[in-house]
Amino acid sequence: MEVGRKMANMLGTEHDLNFKETELCLGLPGGIAVVAAGNETESSSSPKINGKRGFSETVDLKLNLQSKESTMDLNKNLDDNGSKEKSGSAKDPAKPPAKAQVVGWPPVRSYRKNIMANQKNSSEESGNSGAALVKVSMDGAPYLRKVDLKMYKSYQELSDALAKMFSSFTMGNYGPQGMIDFMNESKLMDLLNSSDYVPSYEDKDGDWMLVGDVPWQMFVDSCKRLRIMKGSEAIGLAPRAMEKCKSRA
Amino acid sequence: MSEDDERQQSPPSDLEFVSNKARNCNATGSGSGHPEFQSTYPDQVLENVLENVLHFLTSRRDRNAASLVCKSWYRVEALTRSELFIGNCYAVSPGRATARFTRVKALHLKGKPRFADFNLMPPDWGAHFNPWALAMAKAYPWLEKVHLKRMSVTDDDLATLAELFLGFKELVLVCCDGFGTSGLAIFVSKCRQLKVLDLIESEVSDDETDWISCFPEGESNLESLIFDCVECHINFEALDRLVARSPSLKKLKLNRYVSIGQLYCLMVRAPQLTHLGTGSFSPSDIAGQGDQEPDYVAAFAACRSLVCLSGFREIIPDYLPAIYPVCANLTSLNFSYANITADQLKPIISKCHKLQTFWVLDSICDEGLQAVAATCKDLRELRVFPVDPREDNDGPVSEVGLQAISEGCRKLQSILYFCQRMTNAAVIAMSKNCPDLVVFRLCIMGRHRPDPVTGEPMDDGFGAIVMNCKKLTRLAVSGLLTDKAFDYIGRHGKLVRTLSVAFAGDSDMALKYVLEGCPQLQKLEIRDSPFGDAALRSGLHHYYNMRFLWMSSCRLTRHGCQEIARAMPRLVVEVIRSADEEEMDDVVGTLYMYRSLEGPRTDAPKFVTIL
Repeated sequence: MEVGRKMANMLGTEHDLNFKETELCLGLPGGIAVVAAGNETESSSSPKINGKRGFSETVDLKLNLQSKESTMDLNKNLDDNGSKEKSGSAKDPAKPPAKAQVVGWPPVRSYRKNIMANQKNSSEESGNSGAALVKVSMDGAPYLRKVDLKMYKSYQELSDALAKMFSSFTMGNYGPQGMIDFMNESKLMDLLNSSDYVPSYEDKDGDWMLVGDVPWQMFVDSCKRLRIMKGSEAIGLAPRAMEKCKSRA
Repeated sequence: MSEDDERQQSPPSDLEFVSNKARNCNATGSGSGHPEFQSTYPDQVLENVLENVLHFLTSRRDRNAASLVCKSWYRVEALTRSELFIGNCYAVSPGRATARFTRVKALHLKGKPRFADFNLMPPDWGAHFNPWALAMAKAYPWLEKVHLKRMSVTDDDLATLAELFLGFKELVLVCCDGFGTSGLAIFVSKCRQLKVLDLIESEVSDDETDWISCFPEGESNLESLIFDCVECHINFEALDRLVARSPSLKKLKLNRYVSIGQLYCLMVRAPQLTHLGTGSFSPSDIAGQGDQEPDYVAAFAACRSLVCLSGFREIIPDYLPAIYPVCANLTSLNFSYANITADQLKPIISKCHKLQTFWVLDSICDEGLQAVAATCKDLRELRVFPVDPREDNDGPVSEVGLQAISEGCRKLQSILYFCQRMTNAAVIAMSKNCPDLVVFRLCIMGRHRPDPVTGEPMDDGFGAIVMNCKKLTRLAVSGLLTDKAFDYIGRHGKLVRTLSVAFAGDSDMALKYVLEGCPQLQKLEIRDSPFGDAALRSGLHHYYNMRFLWMSSCRLTRHGCQEIARAMPRLVVEVIRSADEEEMDDVVGTLYMYRSLEGPRTDAPKFVTIL
C-alpha cells in the first residue's frame, strides 16, 4: 500500500492528478465493477473523469504482483501526453480480469475474425460443433443409413424421418412430452408389445437404450448409433433402461 | 518528358519494334516536342539491340537499375516494360505512369497501408481505382491484366475494365472493397477473353445479382475462378454448367455456400483441377437425410493433379478422410478456417510428405504442430492463426509447438505464428535451426508479455533471429521488448525491408536504432509504442528510400510531423484523425507518410490532414 501511495504521489506531482479520485481504497471506487471495466483507461493526465477507473488506481491494486518491467511500462503510459491510450497495460502474471479488447489487436483481419465468429455462433446454436451423424441400422434391412440428429428438433421429427427411410415400421406413441414414460412399467410394456419395431440407441457409455428415455437434446448429445430392433427383442432392454433412468433421476 | 508527346497507340509487339523504333526516334531528344534530327544509324541499331535485350528483363528491380544507366537506357526500358508495379498508388499519378511506360500489358497496384486491415484507419480513406481505370483506358487499350491490393474498386470500375479493354484476361483483387455482385455480373458478362478471376479476402457486397449466370455461353477460357470470400449464395446449377464448359479450368475456390454434395458434382466435372477450395465441406441443410452419400474419396482420388487444397469453411470433420487420396501430392494445404483438433489433423498430415505451405488454426495445439514437424520435412511456409483472437493467458499453442517446428522443418522460410506464450529459448532455437528464414512474424497476443519461464523481455529471441537468419527481409515483433531488441535489429537486420512493431520499446532510441541501422528498410509500421518527434527526425536521411512509414498511438506531435513535412518536400505527411479526435490537437493519432512525386493528393477525406 505504501509503495502504491508513493507511486501515486510521484506521478501526481508530474501530472496534476486529482488525488481524491486516485485515493487508494480496497473497496470498489464508486461502485464500478473491477472485473467488467478491465483495463480500458484514459490517460491520467486528462482532466476527464468519466466514471472509468483512473489509471493510477489500477496501478496501485496490481503493484504487488507486477514485475519491475511492468512498473516501468506503466510509467511510460502515464507519461503519454494525453495521447489516446487505447490499451490498458496488463502485465499481471496472475490471471487478470477479462480485458477490454484493444482496437485492431491482435492483428487478425476482420474478415477472418468474422468468419470464426460466425462459425462459433452456428455451432453454439446447435449446441455442439459439427453435425451429429449417427448410423442407423434396422434388423432385417440389408444396408445401414446415416442421419444427422441435429436436423431434427424432437423425437417426433426423428420418428417421421426414420419412418420415411425405413418405410416398413412405425414407432409407438411417445406421450405428451415426447418421451417414453419409463416409470410406468405397464405402459412401457404396452408400447413395446404394440410396435413391430422400436428404435434403440447406443449411448456414450456403450449401453443400448430405448430411444425416448431422456429429453431430446440430451439424446442428441449422447447417442452414438441407432438400431431399429424388433419389439420383442427390445423388451430385454426395458428393465435396464428403467434402472438407468431411475439412477439419473 | 518529350518522348511522350508523340506517344503511339500501337500494341506492343516484338515484330513491330523496328517500325516503332523509327517513330520513336523522331520524338527523342530534348525539347518540347518539335521534330528532332533523326538519330544516326549506329545509335538506332544500338537502341534496337537494347530493346531486344531488355525485353527479357523481368525483375522490376533490375529494370529500375537499368533505367538509371543513361537516357537511352531509360527510354528503352520504359518502352519494354510490360508489367507495371506500383507499390503505393499515391506515389505516382496515373498520368505520369502512363506517360513514361507506354506499352504496359499488366498493372499491379497497391493502395491502403496494411494496418487498415485491423480497423486502425477509418473507411473511405482513399486508394480509389477509378482514376487509374480511366487513365489506362486511354493509354493501354490492350491491357490484359490488373492486380489490385487494398484498393477501393467500384462496380463502374469493373464495367470499365470489361468494356474498354477488349483483350482483358486477368483480374486479381486482394483485400479490396467497394464493389458488389452486380459489378461482377457486368464484368463477367462482357469480358469474353477472361482467363482469371481471383477474388481474395475482398469484401463483396451482396446486391442479390446472380453473377455466375452472367458468364457468356459457349466454351469458356477460364483457367482460374476464386470466389471463396464472396459471402452470398450462388446459383449452383449455373456454376456447374460453367465448370462443365471450362476445359482449361485449373483453379477453383468455392465459397461457403457450396455444400460438399455440390463440391462432389464439380470435382467430377473437373478432375484436372490443380487448386481447389472446397467451400463449406459440410452437407447442405436441404440434402436428403439418409440419402446415399456420394463417393467423396473417389472424387478426390480422380483429381490426380491436385496440389493445393483450401476451404473447409464449415467443416464436418467426419468428412476429412475423403481427402486422403490427394495428401501425398499436396504442396499447399489451408486449414485456417477449419476448427479441428490434433487427432483430426494427424491422419491427414502424416500423409502430406510434400507439403510446402501450411495454414492452420491453433486448435490443433502444440501436439498438432509436432505432427506437422514429424512429417512435413519440406515445409517452407507455416501460418498458425488463433481460433479465439483475444488476450487470455492460456492458449493452445506455445513455445513447444514452435520448437518442434524448428526441429522438424529445417527448410522453413516464412512463419506467422499467433500464440499466448513464447520463450526466448524457442525463438533462439528457430533462429539456429531455420537459417533460411526470410519472413519471421511472431504475434504473442498478450501485450508486453515477457518470457514466462525466465521473466525476461523477448529481446534476445528476436535478436537471435536477426543475427542468425541472414536472409531475413520481413520481421514482426511482439511481447515485452526493450530498446535492446531494436538495437539488435538495427545492427543485424541489414536486409530487413518490412518491420511491424506493436506495444514495444522504451524510448526514442529504439526507433533511432532501426532508422539508422536498417539500410533496406522500406515499410515500417508501428503502433502504440513510445516513440516521439526526436525519433522521427532520426530517419530524415532515409525516408525517400522508403515506401511508407505508419505510426499510430505513439508520441508524435503535430509540430514534429510538420518539421518532417517541411524538410522533405517529396514526402506526403498525412495525419489521420480517429472519430473522437479534435482537429487542432497537437497530438497526432496516426501518422502515415510516404514518398510521392505528386505532392498532396486531392482526394483526401475530411479526417485526413496533409501537412
